Amino acid sequence: MVTFVTLKGFPLSFITGVGLTPYGKLPGRSTLDLMSEAATAALADAQLERRDIDGLVCGYSTTMPHLMLSTVFAEHFGLTPEYAHAIQLGGATGFAMAMLAHHLVESGVARNILVVAGENRLTGQSRDSAIQTLAQVGHPVYEVPLGATIPAYYGLLASRYMLEYGTTEADLAELAVLMRKHAGMHPGAQFREPITVGDVLGSKPIASPLKLLDCCPVSDGGAAVVVSRARGSDFAVRIRGSGQAHTHQHISAAPSLTHFGAAASVETARAAAGIRLAEINYAAIYDSFTITLTILLEEIGLAPRGGAGRQAREGHFNHDGKMPLNTHGGLLSYGHCGVGGAMAHLVEAHRQLTNRAQNRQASNASLALLHGDGGVLSSHVSLILEAAA
Amino acid sequence: MSVLDWTKDGDGIVYQACGNCQAIWYFQRNFCPKCGTSAPATLQASGQGTVHARTLVARAPTQEWRAHAPYLIVLVEADEGFRLMAHGDAALQIGDRVLARFAQLAGRKIPYFEKVTG
Repeated sequence: MVTFVTLKGFPLSFITGVGLTPYGKLPGRSTLDLMSEAATAALADAQLERRDIDGLVCGYSTTMPHLMLSTVFAEHFGLTPEYAHAIQLGGATGFAMAMLAHHLVESGVARNILVVAGENRLTGQSRDSAIQTLAQVGHPVYEVPLGATIPAYYGLLASRYMLEYGTTEADLAELAVLMRKHAGMHPGAQFREPITVGDVLGSKPIASPLKLLDCCPVSDGGAAVVVSRARGSDFAVRIRGSGQAHTHQHISAAPSLTHFGAAASVETARAAAGIRLAEINYAAIYDSFTITLTILLEEIGLAPRGGAGRQAREGHFNHDGKMPLNTHGGLLSYGHCGVGGAMAHLVEAHRQLTNRAQNRQASNASLALLHGDGGVLSSHVSLILEAAA
Repeated sequence: MSVLDWTKDGDGIVYQACGNCQAIWYFQRNFCPKCGTSAPATLQASGQGTVHARTLVARAPTQEWRAHAPYLIVLVEADEGFRLMAHGDAALQIGDRVLARFAQLAGRKIPYFEKVTG
């Protein structure tokens, strides 16, 4: 087997196409409908046909639990891949799927892998049902019976982190305001009306210190990318490196509420890519809550401890700022449909690196850092993408 | 000697300790997650500790819990050296010294921490 590497010795894989539906309320569309819609767009973008796809990686759908979602989708969409399965890693699933596809392509298992997610999480179930399903990332004996919720787990770590680093609720709010500002420039975003820090602070309490506008919404939507051995399409982005770190599952068992696995995961990806963090000029960071985004930015080193809110206020993370961040609006405002949530970050990073982000285009996006977390800052996955100029 | 365990409807908090590597942990299992030694000691905690993190839950997950909202969920650093999730008095702040009592809430027994004064 011939292993293709770049001149610098880095493994070779490309994201050759992307597809993304609008997120929000999309009644009447099933998990398979949303996956199909995104997959169709990604194949067209990659200039590939169904017969070209020899690998399929998908995630899960809470509205369509199934033992074999990948082959259910393959049959439905009309694929007969040589390699297929689903993976589950909570919010980190999307980036983990891309990382897996990168390694599969690199090792010669497949030439073109479709990575696809979709879920009618908003209209496919009741709000209570969604909240209860998600709370199950908590411990079934020691946490869930206490009436805990995902926002409660994040509220707990927020209380400790904010005390340690002096972060205020207004600092957190700045990140919600920023994501909404970016979403206002994307026609597919679920929430596009501008909001102020006052709006966030005055929104309905959920689990202190988190208010409604500190929390991402529940959405319907789908996203897909094609990871290929060959550069192929007109719009290819190189995957330069990837990494993971897993420190715990449940917040009760977290080694620390101020230091998580993000730094270690990014360091692995950075070393694999052979780049310096200072070279990164676009950031796609998981933002399930404003505190999630704050902690990840600060632990990774894209903002000083306690400084993410201030930097957001000063325009540092604007699409035309020094470190453009989640220019589609992130989970907080583009929306969160489960596995597809972080996939939208990936699609937007791809569009930025291929100069197709239209009115949101950053001036010099050429090297992107993507970071996602699953559970309660439990599971971390990082990717480094480079414009294939 | 049996221990009282709130997860089994008893008025107590239980933790485990490894006789080999001295690791201490909360979620029960029949081996040490650090060194793998089997048959760890299952011990009764004092119920004393310090508030490590707090959140006042306003949006409850179920109808049953909705009746009690808002309620305070805390992570308590137990004096024995493990961390646990519990309920607590809404006025509790991070750093407060606390003692557990046991309450019936939403149809089940839960540990409920109150500030130790004096």
